[in-house]
Amino acid sequence: MTDVTDATTARRGPTPDDALRVADSRREPMLAADGTPLKRSLARALRREKLRALMLIAPLLLFILVTFIAPIADMLFRSVENQIVSDTLPRTTRALADWDGQDLPPEDAFAAMAYDLTEAAELKVHTRLGSRLNYEAPGISSLFRKSGRGTGDAGEALGEQFVTLDPAWENPMVWAELMAPPDWLEARAAHYADGGEPEGLPAFKLRDEADTILPETASVYGGFARITQFEDGDDPAEEDPWSPIYLALHRDLAADPPLGDWSGPHADLLAAAAEAAPAMETVPLVQQFEEIDEDWLDPDVWATIKTFSPPYTPGYFLNAVDMQQTPDGVELRPETQRIYVTLFLRTLVMSLAITGTCLLLGYPVAWLLANLPSGRANLLMILVLLPFWTSLLVRTSAWKVLLQQQGVINDTLVWIGLIADDKRLTLINNQTGTIIAMTHILLPFMILPLYSVMKTIPPSYLRAAKSLGATDWTAFWRVYFPQSVPGIGAGSILVFILAIGYYITPELVGGTSGVFISNRIAYHISSSLNWGLAAALGSILLFAVLILYWAYDRMVGIDNVKLGG
Amino acid sequence: MKLKPFLLAGAASFAILPAAIAQEAAELPPCENCSDSMTIMSWGGAYQTSQQKAYTEPYAEATGISVTWDESSNEATAKMRAAAEAGNMPYDLVDVEGPDSQRLCDEGLAMEVDHDELLAPGNDGSTPTEDFGDAIINECFIPQIVFSTTFGYRTDIEEWEGREPESVCAIFDTEQFPGKRGLEQRVKKNLEWALLCDGVSKDELYDVLETEEGVERALAKLDTIKDDVIWWSAGAETPQLLADGEIVMGSTYNGRLFSVIAEQDQPVDMLWDWQVFDYDGWVIPADLPEERLNRVKHFVRWATDTQRLGDQAKYIAYGPARASSQPLVSTHAELGIEMGPHMPTNPENMGNYLVNDFIWWADNQDDLETRFQAWLAN
Repeated sequence: MTDVTDATTARRGPTPDDALRVADSRREPMLAADGTPLKRSLARALRREKLRALMLIAPLLLFILVTFIAPIADMLFRSVENQIVSDTLPRTTRALADWDGQDLPPEDAFAAMAYDLTEAAELKVHTRLGSRLNYEAPGISSLFRKSGRGTGDAGEALGEQFVTLDPAWENPMVWAELMAPPDWLEARAAHYADGGEPEGLPAFKLRDEADTILPETASVYGGFARITQFEDGDDPAEEDPWSPIYLALHRDLAADPPLGDWSGPHADLLAAAAEAAPAMETVPLVQQFEEIDEDWLDPDVWATIKTFSPPYTPGYFLNAVDMQQTPDGVELRPETQRIYVTLFLRTLVMSLAITGTCLLLGYPVAWLLANLPSGRANLLMILVLLPFWTSLLVRTSAWKVLLQQQGVINDTLVWIGLIADDKRLTLINNQTGTIIAMTHILLPFMILPLYSVMKTIPPSYLRAAKSLGATDWTAFWRVYFPQSVPGIGAGSILVFILAIGYYITPELVGGTSGVFISNRIAYHISSSLNWGLAAALGSILLFAVLILYWAYDRMVGIDNVKLGG
Repeated sequence: MKLKPFLLAGAASFAILPAAIAQEAAELPPCENCSDSMTIMSWGGAYQTSQQKAYTEPYAEATGISVTWDESSNEATAKMRAAAEAGNMPYDLVDVEGPDSQRLCDEGLAMEVDHDELLAPGNDGSTPTEDFGDAIINECFIPQIVFSTTFGYRTDIEEWEGREPESVCAIFDTEQFPGKRGLEQRVKKNLEWALLCDGVSKDELYDVLETEEGVERALAKLDTIKDDVIWWSAGAETPQLLADGEIVMGSTYNGRLFSVIAEQDQPVDMLWDWQVFDYDGWVIPADLPEERLNRVKHFVRWATDTQRLGDQAKYIAYGPARASSQPLVSTHAELGIEMGPHMPTNPENMGNYLVNDFIWWADNQDDLETRFQAWLAN
């Protein structure tokens, strides 16, 4: 029998791991009773045990993962996520990449916007993008809503001219033959020959050649084919192409493409169109956009789109600390629009004040609870718990009745003559109201941890101190109080963290000067739907709490916190 | 807003009229391939009760389906977005205010409908588009009622020496009408009233408000009464504050003031001057499964016909959104009083009025709300 105890295990007793370590240090493998190396057989036994332990906590782990970690991760992600701009306006984002932000962007950007918006309007996502960008620049919401209808007409006049030139240009099948590779067309024919429906068609593909020789046309037609096929369930070779496709074709032809390399069908049709294209009547795109809405001539609109085109943005976090991202960099918001820093500070200061008042009021009550004879202590305990069991809304509304100017407290004070009838105290709809109501609501969270710690302080210590000549105060301050500090720590952390995220009580009794940051978060979640900003505000609140917790651990030590004996 | 259902828990409960149900059942065409239950989101309180009495109870009686109510319309947009992102839409029909319907429609969360195809024609033969008129504010919105935000004031204030406010500008006149005022803790409507009382005409209101100076001007006007205002966030607060004597005048929805005045008999009167109209109605969530969609369409067609919208006015003082329903507005089901004069759309109440310009607000609300909250906080 080998002695597996070594210097480390002497302190904590032998564990199965030690056997492994000892086995490791020997040159020859040690064998178990069945002849396998001891190391392997032990590892197997341990693994089984670890697995069993993991399975026991698996439900809880999963529950926490799904209901706690995942939502927080999602929130953190939302606060920087901004893919909607580049997803909805891919061409525009690319076209604006080289734009210097001065004056108006080049015509290419307008064309790209026409294509992107047409596609977005077909998918009905242009208004969603408008709402997103409206958070950054008021007015974009209705600009996009209006333009979604308008941009679909870009290229309509050109389309008519192409059709006048050759009616083949309005034939969907001709377009499909131009743009799709032969194998797709064959697969399509075979699909119909088998009696297939348009919905089951093989996915549309672009001909490589079309992509290189007529890139814009191919890009827009590709979008048209994709949406026709997968959103509407129709056959792209049977639906009239969108007007902007003619715009793209005209722009491609104007760029003098190497049409001689075209090996596909309808080469003569393309050649004729290329010849006629320069003579076609066109209206500058800028002017077409101006007719839809003159805001398109405002470089700020384009600058906003460019600024917020990356897939991830610090914009929400900047907003959450009263700053903003502008084309010229990061700057403070105008003074009239700064609000969040004020609210964060107010939330912190008031939560501290509430923690303080809870401690002041709760400490003596907890002491009484811990030191009264059990019969009376139980009665007192019920009095502490009773409000705890009452609905939060009922308690908050009760405070309204008590605190308002025509309320019970003011009426009593006037009746006993302490204050004049026209000088009633303002106790609600301000910070006083929030502090009073929240102190009441959070008081049990302070009393209970304090009580459970005080219960474990032996009364004999106080008696011993006094018998050695300490005054009442010294005995309390030097002997009793230090032992109750873990309870104070636990109660304060609990109350503070609950207070900092409180929402409904400040909303109801806080008026305007007593509301917290969580009220703005609630507003952005439920009214403005600016979830990115709400997530950023929430993240900052989360980090603030974590930092305070860390600071508390450094100063007081988290081991000094006790929730119970 | 959370308080709404709570404070109204004791509000009106009405008796059903069995005879009326039998008659209505006969008008109802059968519903083919329809689910046999519906979940409807509404506002709770007296308003939801009026919908139950006028629409769902007779409908459920006639068709035998079950209806579940979810009282969370005040956060309808957030709930619908969350449900859509989770890929599980529990609601079949959602009651929202006009501006929210615009947001839901923009976000693609509400279904676009063809009003003429979906809704029943008016009993005078008019098409739904004609009959609802301006109330159809976007492709997704199915209008039900017109309501207004207006002022109520106490009639027993001694310091007023018998004066009664006749213009909305009384809220800015603390000399003649001392006392606390109740205003909503939101930017909308407050800025409009401030500018109207600062001499801006109705026609140029939003042009002025669009400028920086205009906003400053409105806030400066509100500054003059900032210390005299209790800011509310739930529509039920103003009636309560008025009844308690906490405020001497305050804004809220006209139906809630009607409850205070007519049903609870408080010394409060209505100030219709510059009431702000809003529409409230249904939206159908996008991408409902076919059976549920069929059921909802069947219900909505019936519940927004001329008779039903007229019926709702028996239970609450909001005007039907259909022109053809106006002649059907009769008396309150319980109190027996004539409802016509209490309707915001009564010509006598419409001397001065605004219609909530939700398109303008959709663009500017986020910005001005931040501005307003910063003004309130400092």
